[in-house]
Amino acid sequence: MAENRIQLDIVTPDKVAFSGQVEEVNLSGALGDFGVLPGHTPFLSQLRIGPMHFRQEGRVQWFALNRGIAEVTPQKVTVLVQTAESKEEIDVNRAEAARKRAEERLRERREGIDTARAEAALQRALARLKVVKM
Amino acid sequence: MATLRDIKRKISAVKKTQQITRAMNMVASAKLRGAQERMRAFRPYAEKYNEVVQSVASRVEPDAHPLLMRREVRRVGILLVTADRGLCGSFNTNLITKAEKEADSRRERGQEVCFYCVGRKGRDYFRRRKADIRGTYVDNRRITYELASRIAEDIVAAYLQEQVDEILLIYSQFVNTVTQRPVIEPLLPFVPMASEEEGAAGRVDYLYEPEPEVLLSALLPEQVRVQIYHGLLENNTSEQAARMTAMDNATKNCKEMVDQLTLLFNKARQAAITKELMDIVGGAEALKKS
Repeated sequence: MAENRIQLDIVTPDKVAFSGQVEEVNLSGALGDFGVLPGHTPFLSQLRIGPMHFRQEGRVQWFALNRGIAEVTPQKVTVLVQTAESKEEIDVNRAEAARKRAEERLRERREGIDTARAEAALQRALARLKVVKM
Repeated sequence: MATLRDIKRKISAVKKTQQITRAMNMVASAKLRGAQERMRAFRPYAEKYNEVVQSVASRVEPDAHPLLMRREVRRVGILLVTADRGLCGSFNTNLITKAEKEADSRRERGQEVCFYCVGRKGRDYFRRRKADIRGTYVDNRRITYELASRIAEDIVAAYLQEQVDEILLIYSQFVNTVTQRPVIEPLLPFVPMASEEEGAAGRVDYLYEPEPEVLLSALLPEQVRVQIYHGLLENNTSEQAARMTAMDNATKNCKEMVDQLTLLFNKARQAAITKELMDIVGGAEALKKS
């Protein structure tokens, strides 16, 4: 059994958000989404803001990730991100409010608004909402 | 001679001071535990990040990214981390002295020095001395990753605009509860560890996505954040430890003072009683004679 598993660590500055043996990991890389199975080639990728999921004993779990990187070796995946939130940790109302606010900002395009920041906020909100719906 | 009432008043004043210092000692020790816990929680992230950045940085040319490039140093930026509050022994003084020494030695080499101050104490000191302060970050009730990000953003921008050619980080390293050591770390330009003796064989050959040069431009600013956050956490832990020790000493000194004053009080009381007795006896004698 052990050879069909891969160690996954999701690490943020505040805590280790997840650590355990899983069967499969799916991440959104800077150049596109990718899946990782045990025995993957060593691989280092930048991550986009977005949802990720993995399968542990047949059960799929989702996390909403902020910007970060992922390091993949044949036995181990290490996800280094600024924040990682599981489905249970996400506040739907807050995420929904954040989405509306960000969309409004982007629509209005007033002077003095940091478009890149609003864009990132929108991505984060969307990632959270997607994770909650899973 | 101090009257009984004066001494009594003094004793109760010292006792009240003692209550305060004891409370501060307990608050600091509770905060110390929290701070140590956060340092421990951050370690896996910092270590892994460092490892990844080192491995990518050692793989590209030194001029692949502006944050890696060394240039002739005309102006040094010192990012000095101190506490917002005092009453923690020589903690802040030690840090400031360290910064002053480094600044002096840089000035001797003909370099200009400017400061970025985290914490009220360092800022106040250098502002009084009319030093060139480029950024201040004070009243940080809680050390957050956002705070480290904000500082890193300013510093990286200053470096890229060539306002400064080198940046040093000064903070207090937490060795243990009784020892905290001010240390200097180079922050920018980023220096990859010498990798010649290891060779490429010891390291994993990754596939990179995107290519290392592009990846680095995302990794290096984050590395600066990680290093600053680490410094802030260490410094915060050290501050609490220093305050705990200082307040413990203060409490002990209070106790000593109360003991001495009580002794003095008792002596004075006895003297007063003796004097009264003598008066009474003297009075009685005088009455008997008459």
